[in-house]
Amino acid sequence: MPILDHLWIIPLLPLLGSAINGLLGWKWPNKAVHSVALASTALSFACALEAAREFLDYYDQFHHAFVKQFFTWITAGTLRAGFDLQFDQLTIVMVLVVTGVGFLIHIYSTGYMAHEEGYFRIFSYLNLFMFFMLILVLAANYVLLFVGWEGVGLCSYLLIGFYNLRKSATDAGNKAFIVNRIGDFAFLLGIFLLFRTFHSVDFTTIFDHAASLPTEAMGQFGTLTVVCILLFIGATGKSAQLPLYVWLPDAMEGPTPVSALIHAATMVTAGVYMVARSHVLYTHAPSALYIVAIVGCATAFFAATIGLVQSDIKKVLAYSTVSQLGYMFLACGVGAFSAGIFHLMTHAFFKALLFLAAGSVIHAMGGEQDMWRMGGLGSKIKITFMSMLFATLAITGFPPFAGFFSKDAILAASLNSQHGGKVLYAVGLAAAILTSFYMFRLMWLTFWGQPRYDQHQVHVHESPLNMTIPLIILALLSLAGGWFAFPALWGGKDYFSDFLGPILGTGEAASVVAGHYLELTLSGVAVIAATLGLLVAWRMYRKDVKQGPSTGLHEILYRKYYVDELYHAVVVGPLVWLSRNVLWKVIDVGLIDGTVNGIAHGTSAVGDTVRHTQSGNARSYAVWVLIGAVVVFVIIFWPIVHPVLFGGLR
Amino acid sequence: MIPTNYYLVLSAILFGLGIVAFVFKRNILTIFMAIELMLNAVNLAFVAFSQSLGKPDGEVFVLFVIIVAAAEAAVGLGIIILTARNRRSLNVENVNLLKL
Amino acid sequence: MNASMVIFFVLAAIAVSGAVSLIIQRHPIHSALSLIVVMVALAGLYLLMGAEFVAAVQIIVYGGAIMVLFIFVIMLLNAGEEERTSFSKLALYAGIPLAVAVTGLIAAALVNSQTTAALPPAAPVTLTSTRTLSTLLFTDFVYPFELTSFLILVAILGALVLAQRED
Repeated sequence: MPILDHLWIIPLLPLLGSAINGLLGWKWPNKAVHSVALASTALSFACALEAAREFLDYYDQFHHAFVKQFFTWITAGTLRAGFDLQFDQLTIVMVLVVTGVGFLIHIYSTGYMAHEEGYFRIFSYLNLFMFFMLILVLAANYVLLFVGWEGVGLCSYLLIGFYNLRKSATDAGNKAFIVNRIGDFAFLLGIFLLFRTFHSVDFTTIFDHAASLPTEAMGQFGTLTVVCILLFIGATGKSAQLPLYVWLPDAMEGPTPVSALIHAATMVTAGVYMVARSHVLYTHAPSALYIVAIVGCATAFFAATIGLVQSDIKKVLAYSTVSQLGYMFLACGVGAFSAGIFHLMTHAFFKALLFLAAGSVIHAMGGEQDMWRMGGLGSKIKITFMSMLFATLAITGFPPFAGFFSKDAILAASLNSQHGGKVLYAVGLAAAILTSFYMFRLMWLTFWGQPRYDQHQVHVHESPLNMTIPLIILALLSLAGGWFAFPALWGGKDYFSDFLGPILGTGEAASVVAGHYLELTLSGVAVIAATLGLLVAWRMYRKDVKQGPSTGLHEILYRKYYVDELYHAVVVGPLVWLSRNVLWKVIDVGLIDGTVNGIAHGTSAVGDTVRHTQSGNARSYAVWVLIGAVVVFVIIFWPIVHPVLFGGLR
Repeated sequence: MIPTNYYLVLSAILFGLGIVAFVFKRNILTIFMAIELMLNAVNLAFVAFSQSLGKPDGEVFVLFVIIVAAAEAAVGLGIIILTARNRRSLNVENVNLLKL
Repeated sequence: MNASMVIFFVLAAIAVSGAVSLIIQRHPIHSALSLIVVMVALAGLYLLMGAEFVAAVQIIVYGGAIMVLFIFVIMLLNAGEEERTSFSKLALYAGIPLAVAVTGLIAAALVNSQTTAALPPAAPVTLTSTRTLSTLLFTDFVYPFELTSFLILVAILGALVLAQRED
């Protein structure tokens, strides 16, 4: 099996592309740079397809995941963390999404970033990101997964701060990295606890062992629960859930393809992947799983409310991403792991499409991002408009688009959950209504109605082919992507769950179909919810609208519930004060510098004092000789002298 | 007879007095004389040991010390004369060209 | 307390007082004369110990040649009384205690040491004949003896060089 035995080729190709572009590309013409980048990504995708094919043969024969240890990275005592890669059905989904959508976004970037200074840098970073993300999804142990985890965080920092001459961009990069770090700290603690409990960090060892452990009771905070909570906190950082989501809206400072790739389709889904991969642990720790569900559900609703009133087109999409990630965690939290992964996949399609199309709009408007200065673009940029419409229909959950199937599966699973399922369902449904509202609000403000900009200043033009073709491909995927999992009652077969069943099968406890009629009702309710949002948006925005003054509830939502200000006052402010006044002034300047300088001063002072012995006065020299002679005498004749000194003359 | 220790203690006292004179006097010649005093004290110790051990070797050594002292006095006084002529003073504190 | 003891203490007292006088006197000529007193007393002590040749040499060479040389130089240089300048602080605070310490230590060490304890008890004084001394000097110690004559030669040359007039 040529590819499976050399699985490392899949992440290595983008790494090579990144290195070549990063080291050599700074003088190359654009064509050379993007050829290297596109080639490495495309080859990686091809290898992933081939690996998938080989794995299916392997699985038919062996019925378990393919794991291969390539070399040992860390051995310390009983800890062994190797560069071990694994391949199973879940990996197939993740790898194909990462490389496939990644490849489309690379193509798009050749058009969007064509006139940018630092063309080689963006492709180098994008490829580096691909490398780390692939390491993350291919890893067979937690330590290697963490390497990928950290690596994508690094690339996020590099890419958000791509316009490095803009302070807001570099600040946003810092914010992303630092907030992620908080989550990573908890993640590391989780890994430590895992190692301590299972004496290994390998997935196979841990999951096999954990499967035989008793399930911890609800409300009991046993080891597994603590581990799962810690890992989940790391996931809230990486996947932008409450309370560590604050970096994602700021991350919109980065170029739009970056937002599409890492803040929509791939990096932010790492947390969901991690939870799904660790489903054995989570199903044995129901308390932790419940927390996941609640956090996911709350985030879905919370972020949707903020997205209702934003004026920057990318910010709306950012909050939408946070909200949709909440849905994925909600799915995992109620035990429907494959539904969560399914939504991950469809979300990758339509969210990437939304961002790329938004980028196309921004490109057409010559850089304008404020929706209140758009309007009536639908007739002018038809391809962008149609693809964005497809994506909107997908995200709001209209059949037969992809989002309908995935969201429906999640809502159904949450209703069936044993603990407060009805509440989860209600909140999730409310969030769906809000999603529909803010998406169609976006559509109306941007594409319909009268233009609210100076038509003589801005010449709206459609984007070039290298940008529109990925839009079209993603639009088709947004339409058809959901057809993998036609619910049984509609006459189809849930291929997706069956596919992932062997891997996530034991976690499907909650997705019990309670009867055809309930299914039908739920689907109908979902469609009605989406339509409701559409109608409200239509009523509010169809006529000429102006941006009114912001008061009361509107102001609170617009200011994102003042969460950033709160964090700044409670966490950042005191920390900066502490660093400045204690760590810097007291410890660094006072203690450390003081000690070092003090030693220097002390030496100098001693020198100043001792210098007086060199007086040039022969008699003092004589006295010093005398002193020395006495000392030497005492030392040599100590056995004789010491009874005298302490015993007196006899 | 007289115990050897008495001679040794006397020798030590004379040596100490020589050191005191060496440290406290300011005239070069006096200092030089203090050195001679110290040498004499040592001579006394040598002879005392020689007598108590019954061997004449100590006395031979005393002879040598005296010879060396004589040579040293000759040359040393020559130097003192020259120094005193150059500096027009016999105060040892004026011999301070090494001072910073 | 027999006669030799008395003589010893008398001579010892003379020697010590001579040394003290050397320190106390202000004029170097008086110091030189005090030193002569010390040397004569020491010669007496040597005699008391039976070292007749050494006593004689002490008086002739030390007292008769070296000290005379000193006095010649003092008179040549017209040395006056010492000026009254303050003591160097170091000498005052370190010198006296050190001197006392050295003296005390040496004395105590000498008195208490095992070496002296192993000394044979005070025996009657035997006169060391000049013959014995000279035999020793010209047989066992002939090499150092010849070296000292060389040393004297060097000293003479040195004195000659130093005394040269600057032409």
